[in-house]
Amino acid sequence: MPAWKKIREFVAEAAVKASGLASIFIVALIFYFLLREGIGLFQAYRLPDFLAGKNWYPISDPPEFGILPLIFGTLLVTLGAAAISVPLGVAAAIYIAEVAPSRLKEFLKSGVELLAAIPSVVLGFIGMVTVVPWIKTAFGVPTGLTALAGSVILAFMAMPTIVSIAEDAIHSVPKNYKEGAYALGATKWQTIYRVVIPAASSGIVAAVMLGIGRVVGETMAVMMVTGNSASMWRGILFPVRTLTATVAAEMGETVQGSEHYFALFAIGVALFLMTFVINMTADMVLHRKRK
Amino acid sequence: MNMNPRVTQRIAFSALLFSTLLVMVPVGMVIVVILKQGAGAISWEFLSQMPRSGMRAGGILPAIVGTFCLVLGAVCFALPLGLLAAIYLSEYSKDTFLNRIVRLAIINLAGVPSVVFGLFGLALFVNFFGFGASILSGSLTLGIMILPVIITSSREAIDSVPQSFREVSLSLGATKLQTIRHAVLPHALPGILTGTILGVGRAAGETAPILFTVAAFYLPRLPGSIFDQVMALPYHLYVLSTQVPNVDSGIRYGTALVLLVIVLLMNAIAIAIRAHFRSKKKW
Amino acid sequence: MVSDARGPAVKIGVESLTVSFSGKPSLRDVTLDIPSHEILSIIGPANSGKTTFLKTLNRLIDFIPTSRVTGRVLLDGRDVREDDDPVSLRRQVGIIFALPVPLPTTVFENVVYGLRRQGKNGKKELDALAEKALTDAYLWDEIKDRLDEQAMKLSGGQQQRLCIARTLAVDPQVILFDEPCSALDPISTAKIEEAMLKLKKNYTIVLVTNNTKQAARVGDRTAFFLMGSLVEMGLTSRMFTSPRDKRTDDYISGRFG
Repeated sequence: MPAWKKIREFVAEAAVKASGLASIFIVALIFYFLLREGIGLFQAYRLPDFLAGKNWYPISDPPEFGILPLIFGTLLVTLGAAAISVPLGVAAAIYIAEVAPSRLKEFLKSGVELLAAIPSVVLGFIGMVTVVPWIKTAFGVPTGLTALAGSVILAFMAMPTIVSIAEDAIHSVPKNYKEGAYALGATKWQTIYRVVIPAASSGIVAAVMLGIGRVVGETMAVMMVTGNSASMWRGILFPVRTLTATVAAEMGETVQGSEHYFALFAIGVALFLMTFVINMTADMVLHRKRK
Repeated sequence: MNMNPRVTQRIAFSALLFSTLLVMVPVGMVIVVILKQGAGAISWEFLSQMPRSGMRAGGILPAIVGTFCLVLGAVCFALPLGLLAAIYLSEYSKDTFLNRIVRLAIINLAGVPSVVFGLFGLALFVNFFGFGASILSGSLTLGIMILPVIITSSREAIDSVPQSFREVSLSLGATKLQTIRHAVLPHALPGILTGTILGVGRAAGETAPILFTVAAFYLPRLPGSIFDQVMALPYHLYVLSTQVPNVDSGIRYGTALVLLVIVLLMNAIAIAIRAHFRSKKKW
Repeated sequence: MVSDARGPAVKIGVESLTVSFSGKPSLRDVTLDIPSHEILSIIGPANSGKTTFLKTLNRLIDFIPTSRVTGRVLLDGRDVREDDDPVSLRRQVGIIFALPVPLPTTVFENVVYGLRRQGKNGKKELDALAEKALTDAYLWDEIKDRLDEQAMKLSGGQQQRLCIARTLAVDPQVILFDEPCSALDPISTAKIEEAMLKLKKNYTIVLVTNNTKQAARVGDRTAFFLMGSLVEMGLTSRMFTSPRDKRTDDYISGRFG
């Protein structure tokens, strides 16, 4: 092989190898830059006050950057969304994987893909014009922009993740498990309930966790329908504000290098770590199943 | 109490079907509502004119063009990088430990909240590199966001090319790189394309990553260079829905419809490519 | 091991070749000479190391990460494993696999695949070389009008001869056949055997086969492998009439394997 060709091969292979490791580099870079900006807050502000402070008043004097109400907001909306999407999503996954006739199955699967494809801001918009007014009249509250509205919309955003991963897990239960149950005279439902679901349980758990991860990180839709009031626990029919919505709503108004700017990056660090832990744990759960 | 198992089964299956419908029917409704309400607003003027009177009249051309620029930029960045990464993972990496770290990194990258990508883009591209709020910053941020989609789907496509093709190519005296280029990639192309288009759909619909990196609130002109700010469809819909009072609802629905059509079209194309090549797969 | 007197010229010399996968030996201390311009048949039951042996000759084994090779393989006296680039070796030592693997493209592009990788792109040159390779593989007359069709559309026997043509096109000195007829009917098999017999004028051929009758029909010499070891090698006429090892006798008379 001529020398220039060898050099070309060498350069190409080097590019391939560098790109292969790029994702590690990028994740590290994201964490580094969030931390670099977020750390600025703690020169003047104490970490416990940030994590456990009950007030988020970023522009009062002196400002307060307690993210507890934001954590509560995220938690409330997430729990509400999980309460809706986990039972529905798992049930739909079981139906699609085990019960639906094959044509309907393909149709439903495309439906789930369709739902996954709808942009968050479009779902937020639809939530504003349908769910929000409905909550206002149905519950007779002064505003429909509530934690409940956020939960409903986010439940739909978590659904594709939960349904498709749980469906995968159920689908990959070995056939002979089921055949064993049928051979013992079990009905299809008994087989699903007693054999298939337990066998697929770790996949279903991972599906739920990844769905929740999606909900925790969701930004636009939740910002559009929850009313964005940073107050402590009041209830599901009151406005709340989540961690993500706070960052999205306030970053535009901060001065670069101000405490407020640093504080929003500190929230970013918190969000990054939360989703990191959720994703790692979900992967471990999924991985254990394979062994 | 012991119920007849047949009856239990019927009840259980009905409940499962009902749950499935509860998931699916709203999806259909969302699309029908937007189609019905938005179709009236769509006209040539709406698609081809600048917004006027504080976005309460006129068209959405700059938002469409802006989204187009951002998506194009994101793909130009993410496709080469993602494809090379996929090639590395499928064809080169033997080190299983390193492979696992890369896999975990990709999983994490896929799970990072979209607004965190926005923060990252702000810190790195806008401020650190000094690109400012610009098409360049926004495209790079979106590109990093869709990288996991492209890596994962390209890798799947490359892995599904039979090992025998590689052996044949090598045995005919091709180098490893030639083998990848001529005996593997051409046959992985449909899968790579599918993943890329799905990534495009995702990038076109995302708002949070472009909030602080590029999106302009109201900018009724077309961009002149990659260092310009632009309007973008998803952000425009957000602005119309929450920041501008007294907007004719037709404009909102129309904007939502245009965005939805672009995103769903991308997905439909991806699904069609996948189905087409699956049906005529020759090995 | 028992061996006949050496043939005229040695094309490939194998010395103490041992191959293991993740520590499990697949080939144990094999030493033999492959004479030039002859057909060497390698027979033996499944898992006797025949395919591993072939893949070591052209270093396709390099792509199995768990493999470990010791010993020497000398092509025209040069150790094939000395060069850290196996590409030129593979151009000299071609291989035909058990199942025909046409690449999913046209017949013509399949034939010229190796040539294009060498940088040959002239239309006239490629046309001429493709015709020659297809003629040598006894395929030209059948498909000269179908060069632009998808290779997958050819029959199994035609596909296998296309694979032979593809290998001939890069002009190797040695061709390895790894059970080339195991998926073919008797007529296609006969055509391939006919091709091999003609090809040995210009090439050195190593044929791994599960079919002892095929080995007897085409092989000038035959080697019998068992559990990774070479049991016996000799002129085919002699091996099949008076094997010197009892295990060889048992195998070729069909008592096991």
